[in-house]
Amino acid sequence: MTAVEDPTSTTAPEAPANQVGQARLRKEDARLITGATTWTDNMVLPGMLHLSVLRSPVAHARISHLDVSAAQQRPNVVAVYTGQDFAEEQGSIPCAWPVTADMVNPGHPSVAVDQVNHVGEAVAVVVARSRSAAADALEAIDIDYESLPVVLDMEEAVQEGADLVHSHTSSNTSYHFVFDAGEAGTGADTDQAFADAEVTVSRRFVQQRLIPAFMEPRSVVVQPQGDNFTMWSATQIPHVLRVMLAMVTGIPEHKLRVIAPDVGGGFGGKLQVCPEEVLALLIARRLGKPVKWTETRSESLMAAHHGRDQVQFIDVAADREGNLKGLRVRLLAGMGAYLRLITPGVPALGAFMFPGIYKFPAYRFECDGVFTNKVPTDAYRGAGRPEATFAIERIMDELAVELGMDPLELRRKNWINAEEFPFTTVAGLEYDSGDYGAATDQALELVGYDELRAEQQRRRESNDPVQLGIGFSTFTEMCGLAPSRVLGSLSYGAGGWESASIRMLPTGKVEVVTGSTPHGQGHETAWSQIVADQLGVPFEDVEVLHGDTAISPRGMDTYGSRSLVVGGTAVVKAAEKVVAKARRIAAHLLEASEDDLEFTGGTFSVKGTPGTGVGIQEVALAVFAAHNYPEGIEPSIDAEATFDPVNFSFPHGTHICAMEVDTDTGFVKIRKYACVDDVGTIVNPMIVEGQMHGGLAQGISQALYEEAIYDAEGNLTTGTFVDYLLPSAADLPHFDTGNTVHPAPGNPLGAKGVGEAGCIASTPAVVNAALDAVRHLGVTDIRMPLTPERVWRAIHTGGDGGDRATAGTNAYGGASTESTAGVSTDASSLGGDR
Amino acid sequence: MIPAAFAYARPTTVDEALQAIADGGEDVKVLAGGQSLIPVMRLRLAAPETVVDLTRVAELRGVREEGDVLVVGAMTTHSDVLADPLLAQYGQLLVQATETVADRQVRHRGTFGGALAHADPAGDLPAVALALDAEFVLVGPSGRRTVPASEFFVDYLTTALEEGELLVEIRLPKLGSEWGVRYEKFNRVAQAWSIVAVAAAVRREGGRIAEARIGLTNMGSTPLRATATEAALLGADVSLEAVTAAAALAADGTSPSSDLNAQADYRQHLARVLTRRALSAATGL
Repeated sequence: MTAVEDPTSTTAPEAPANQVGQARLRKEDARLITGATTWTDNMVLPGMLHLSVLRSPVAHARISHLDVSAAQQRPNVVAVYTGQDFAEEQGSIPCAWPVTADMVNPGHPSVAVDQVNHVGEAVAVVVARSRSAAADALEAIDIDYESLPVVLDMEEAVQEGADLVHSHTSSNTSYHFVFDAGEAGTGADTDQAFADAEVTVSRRFVQQRLIPAFMEPRSVVVQPQGDNFTMWSATQIPHVLRVMLAMVTGIPEHKLRVIAPDVGGGFGGKLQVCPEEVLALLIARRLGKPVKWTETRSESLMAAHHGRDQVQFIDVAADREGNLKGLRVRLLAGMGAYLRLITPGVPALGAFMFPGIYKFPAYRFECDGVFTNKVPTDAYRGAGRPEATFAIERIMDELAVELGMDPLELRRKNWINAEEFPFTTVAGLEYDSGDYGAATDQALELVGYDELRAEQQRRRESNDPVQLGIGFSTFTEMCGLAPSRVLGSLSYGAGGWESASIRMLPTGKVEVVTGSTPHGQGHETAWSQIVADQLGVPFEDVEVLHGDTAISPRGMDTYGSRSLVVGGTAVVKAAEKVVAKARRIAAHLLEASEDDLEFTGGTFSVKGTPGTGVGIQEVALAVFAAHNYPEGIEPSIDAEATFDPVNFSFPHGTHICAMEVDTDTGFVKIRKYACVDDVGTIVNPMIVEGQMHGGLAQGISQALYEEAIYDAEGNLTTGTFVDYLLPSAADLPHFDTGNTVHPAPGNPLGAKGVGEAGCIASTPAVVNAALDAVRHLGVTDIRMPLTPERVWRAIHTGGDGGDRATAGTNAYGGASTESTAGVSTDASSLGGDR
Repeated sequence: MIPAAFAYARPTTVDEALQAIADGGEDVKVLAGGQSLIPVMRLRLAAPETVVDLTRVAELRGVREEGDVLVVGAMTTHSDVLADPLLAQYGQLLVQATETVADRQVRHRGTFGGALAHADPAGDLPAVALALDAEFVLVGPSGRRTVPASEFFVDYLTTALEEGELLVEIRLPKLGSEWGVRYEKFNRVAQAWSIVAVAAAVRREGGRIAEARIGLTNMGSTPLRATATEAALLGADVSLEAVTAAAALAADGTSPSSDLNAQADYRQHLARVLTRRALSAATGL
């Protein structure tokens, strides 16, 4: 026991009282940004084969002829598989969220068997000894398609007699989901509220399709070893994936290990059981050889799931004084051609957030999930909540105009006041804590509101070609997904708990095993800060393990701003158990009663006798040696905890955007952006700031830049980053960010979640700002994204700017301008791997 | 995103390059930086039999003066253009336009001659070369010839370069201090191609415009001159009224394409607005 002096003596000065709250640099960044980690595509296994996927160049067709024999003869080709080869064993991509009992799920083959339903759908897979050989052999596959009518427009798709995406269904509607506050007992009758209303405003908003443009492409490696399989995948959800793959393929769950190594972003786009993951597993099983598949960026844009895609019909009712009376929401939600993991659940998750921060007495929500011949939609940063926030924050501005009220005054009049928390909303949610007024006041100051309004006035009076507008978004979101019982009541196929365990190593170092699998968020740093505080050990002494179902067997992974709120709390609970177990050992070693011990700064000491004590890291060595510990207990202070929240958490904030609109060209430029967010207690301010910046960029990008566009034949026109525009730092303004802190009452960290806040809040603030700049010119709406052409047309010819031309740009060095930038036309028979 | 297999040659002299092109078979592509060629090869929109890489042909790189003319080697990179002292003094229009090309990484590899030979109408440099009446020096199996810019750009991605020929240098007039220039580019994000752009160079004599040269980017299948605007400016007062009136003619005779970023009528509108702005800046209004 002599060695135990050292850890204690070095621990004390290195462990400041509180790591939580400090802007610690991220532990993981050095390896992530210097290429010192092993991304999935870097994996090389002996004898590994490479997959390349042939993808449908047509949106809706029967496969009338498919001959792979020539491709099989190509050099270094090992096998070529079609849907027929896997028809019996591939099952369906799972959908874990049947939102209604009668939801129609047509089934989703991983590789099309006899019919394709969207451009980019897999129709054959080449297995070859090199990636380039696999790509080359795609050209030798002979395939013919017999065209079927293409279903693209949701409003047409739901009409009686419309062409069907799936001929074996009776309509293109997958489900009709309703939440009615009157029926649920959380509000008054909505129809009555509208019948009695003095003022009603109705709008149709379009949530365009977005593509989750994660930096690292999807990639999967599968290694078969006897009847065991190990899969490495660039996924957000190794734990969920393992369960689902076991169910789909019949490989017993305990024979399947899934590893998400360091993963380069996801934004919901890797919250999926991908067809290619299933195919890689089936092919590795069939060949008994390791295989790798890594998508090209073009494949990623056309075949990985998209996000958003809603047509929103929003009605709001109020009295002349601006008191809200009712809200009615009807959605057409684009499913795409199939239902993937939580495709139908995304709009349903949003159902509860349309009332926003306001006290509506009545509310009704209806949503039709609609099939089209497009790639399926699914989670994308915010998943349902950005759509809801956009609708409510936009309609509040429209109502303010109708009433002749200041948009902020209208909001203040109707939002939940600080003293009213916890507040049960008309949607039945219990909002936990916050102060909307305080965040708003701080944001107004940050942005320099009065000065901006004065400038806006000057520009209007001088008829300046550059007009200025100011837009608000006073938002809240539902985070910390999720209380398992609530998920059950919504028919979701799993729980929302999270798991953590803590292993105390003999030298006093600490391994924290988390079920929250990060894909860039910085969990290792934040979890280390939490554990350093809980156990009183140095930040550097904590290692966080994750992402491997063999190392971290239980988990629900990372999405829905849940990691810190749920996973971080599990870490706290595990640490509390470690301390409790260590206390018994320490009492034994100190020959004192447990009740007489206090634990501070990592040391157990007898109350009133300073200087005598034993460090928790010493205790770790003591139980390792196990020479001297109390009778009747195990020689271990390791512990595990599972946390299941009882409520969501509700971050909120006020975002203010000041926008310049060049009325000559329609070009919009953000002049200033300020936001004050309440994300509860902040563990690492730098990570929070980073999450806000990234989220803002994505939310602003929905407002101004991004849109996945299909042409009339169902080709993805925006098939490269030349046509699918993403902003860079050069295109974004400086962000003035601030925080108010009202700790979440539902977890010991007080954290509310921050991963999606910026993305959810910013989009309506940006659009509201642009409209505020040009509303005096007669503009009442502009479709997202606010391309210069749309803004210009809205100003000069009225309307919302309308559809964009569907030809791809001709600016890609010869990529055909005619139809689809060469991604997937009839003419480019090469189809997929490019 | 994996190109089809191809043969690769990396000559070090122009003569070697011409030989490599001659030997390269049916479908030879010249790689002059690769910032357009490599993407289309990766998309398999181009699958050349042979790629002849000019990166190591040192004689094609650099800027020199010959009397009133600046001679820019075809393999001079955009970064070289931005750092060159002669161009800083006499080639500000080219420098301004080059500053807007893509991003730093692209400018480091992409070349002036490569961009011109590629002849993408959305590219920024063809309109500059056209506005300045640049001369294109081509060498090939049958010798050396000089083609004026007005004849070099033939159609969409098509130039006067014959099979086996190489663009070796571009001759630009020196623009002295009596010239004002402006490259006015309109795009949605910083690194994107021009939706429309206007290259303007204006020579003033006293209070009047003695000469105006205006090139239009992405207003047709080739770069164009705004000839009606140029004519209207000749001898005009340097005034906002004159410039505005002339700029209103900038889209005359154009038939630009419609795509995701802009339909044709909007492009024409932009051409007029951007021409007015470019002229205002070039004339110091």
